[in-house]
Amino acid sequence: MDIKDLYQEVIVDHNRSPRNFGPMEDADRKLEGFNPLCGDRLTLYLKMDGDRIGDIRFDGHGCAISVASASLMTEAMKGKTVAEAEALFETFHDLLTTDQQEPDLDKLGKLAALAGVRDYPTRVKCATLCWHTLHSALEGEDAPVSTE
Amino acid sequence: MNAAASPDTAPVLDVERLRADFPILAQEIHGQPLVYLDNAATAQKPLAVIQTLDRYYREYNANIHRGVHTLSERATAAHDDARGKVRDFINAASDKEIIFTRGTTESINLVAQSYGRANLKAGDEILITEMEHHSNIVPWQILCEQIGAELRVVPIDDNGEVMLEEFERLLGPRTRLVSIVHVSNALGTINPVRDMTARAHELGAVVMVDGAQAVPHGRVDVREIGCEFYAFSGHKLFGPTGIGVLYGREELLDAMPPYQGGGDMIKMVTFDKTVYNDLPHKFEAGTPHIAGAIGLGAAIDYISGLGLAAIQAHEHDLLEYATAAVAAVDGVRLIGTAAARAGVLSFIMDGIHPHDLGTILDHDGIAIRAGHHCAMPVMDRFGVPATARASFAFYNTRQEADQLVRGLEKAKKVFS
Repeated sequence: MDIKDLYQEVIVDHNRSPRNFGPMEDADRKLEGFNPLCGDRLTLYLKMDGDRIGDIRFDGHGCAISVASASLMTEAMKGKTVAEAEALFETFHDLLTTDQQEPDLDKLGKLAALAGVRDYPTRVKCATLCWHTLHSALEGEDAPVSTE
Repeated sequence: MNAAASPDTAPVLDVERLRADFPILAQEIHGQPLVYLDNAATAQKPLAVIQTLDRYYREYNANIHRGVHTLSERATAAHDDARGKVRDFINAASDKEIIFTRGTTESINLVAQSYGRANLKAGDEILITEMEHHSNIVPWQILCEQIGAELRVVPIDDNGEVMLEEFERLLGPRTRLVSIVHVSNALGTINPVRDMTARAHELGAVVMVDGAQAVPHGRVDVREIGCEFYAFSGHKLFGPTGIGVLYGREELLDAMPPYQGGGDMIKMVTFDKTVYNDLPHKFEAGTPHIAGAIGLGAAIDYISGLGLAAIQAHEHDLLEYATAAVAAVDGVRLIGTAAARAGVLSFIMDGIHPHDLGTILDHDGIAIRAGHHCAMPVMDRFGVPATARASFAFYNTRQEADQLVRGLEKAKKVFS
């Protein structure tokens, strides 16, 4: 296995130039995610448009896997309904935590670049931190999300 | 150990030969020879220790201090013998001053809860430094909460050295206890614990030293340091996990109340009154980690056979070499540049998070630690969320330092 299977071009790019990065002044939901084991910390900002995610941004710091995952997630989530977002969360979670043969590219799109993470069990939490944070934010929770 | 040791006169270690004593080192990780640079987390075990554990369980496993049968006598003798080896190793005055614990963390908690609760009161101050491991912060916070004492913290400078003028300033008549790390696990800094102890004593404070990262790297003499308490762990000293040591001066230990109650720490029990056992047993309630203590004794025999001076000289040379080589990599910033360091090389790289670095290096068989190293205040001090830490033992080589550097260059390519 090559290390580039994990650090694919898409991931390196989104780590270097994260999309939708920085605070959102008029967010109507804001939630923190924290991985106490490694110190990764991010804040997720949401602006709902009815049942849809009107806008989504994040900031914070973390490893390339967590930053790229958050960046790709915000791209994928913009405009999604809550039900669609939850479905994508499930699909992505399964991608990293179950033994699938091939990622479902139709559903995942660019997110499939993170498939390599499943071969690095210690790094799965890096990739899923932002997703768990989004999941909690959509459920209206306001307690910070922790991976532990 | 101290910074002034002269490596020039020490005997030379035959590192290639002694590596064969560590079976775990002779393996490949992801198809590459293992380069184990995570010794500050835990050190590998020589065959002598592994065989000692094996022999104990095969030949004389029995509970100690209670059986009249032969196996129990043998196990008791070996356990007592191990205590004597620890005593000699750190030059304590008596076996009564050597308490076996689960590790450094438990040793510090023992002092906080037994000595601290009995001798400190509201308004007293406990002084630690900014470079402490969480295990030398949290037990004191718990104590402060219990008795209303106050925790004061001596800051460190940009090199990761204790600011001694601040130590002077914070040390006062209300300081009842000073607890300082001998060698920092996050920065490698060797603290001048003997001088700091002497100064604390002038003001009437009792001193505890966290020696977890010091004992593997050079000779430690608790009477030369002069501290009242000294703690270390077996597993960082090439011994088993789950065994550690608290050294305490006899007159203090004698006056302290027990930490835990149970079997072995008593002389006589009735429902009206219990008479506690003599030192060191008063602080060793329950069946101890017998195999662990005996294994620690074997580890001490092993490194004493190599010679602490030879170990210190080899590691000094290696750390200087590795520090220069890593610092020369473009984009590297060293975290911890104290004049006197041991064992640890902590750093960050531009644009590459330490965890990514850890994964990329592991892919080439190189084991380092990435994270906050259980020293979050140190990370805050240097304004970083985490560092990459390569930590060395006497079995590491310059070639391994070179491989680390090649790994860093490769990581830069992955992220370019």
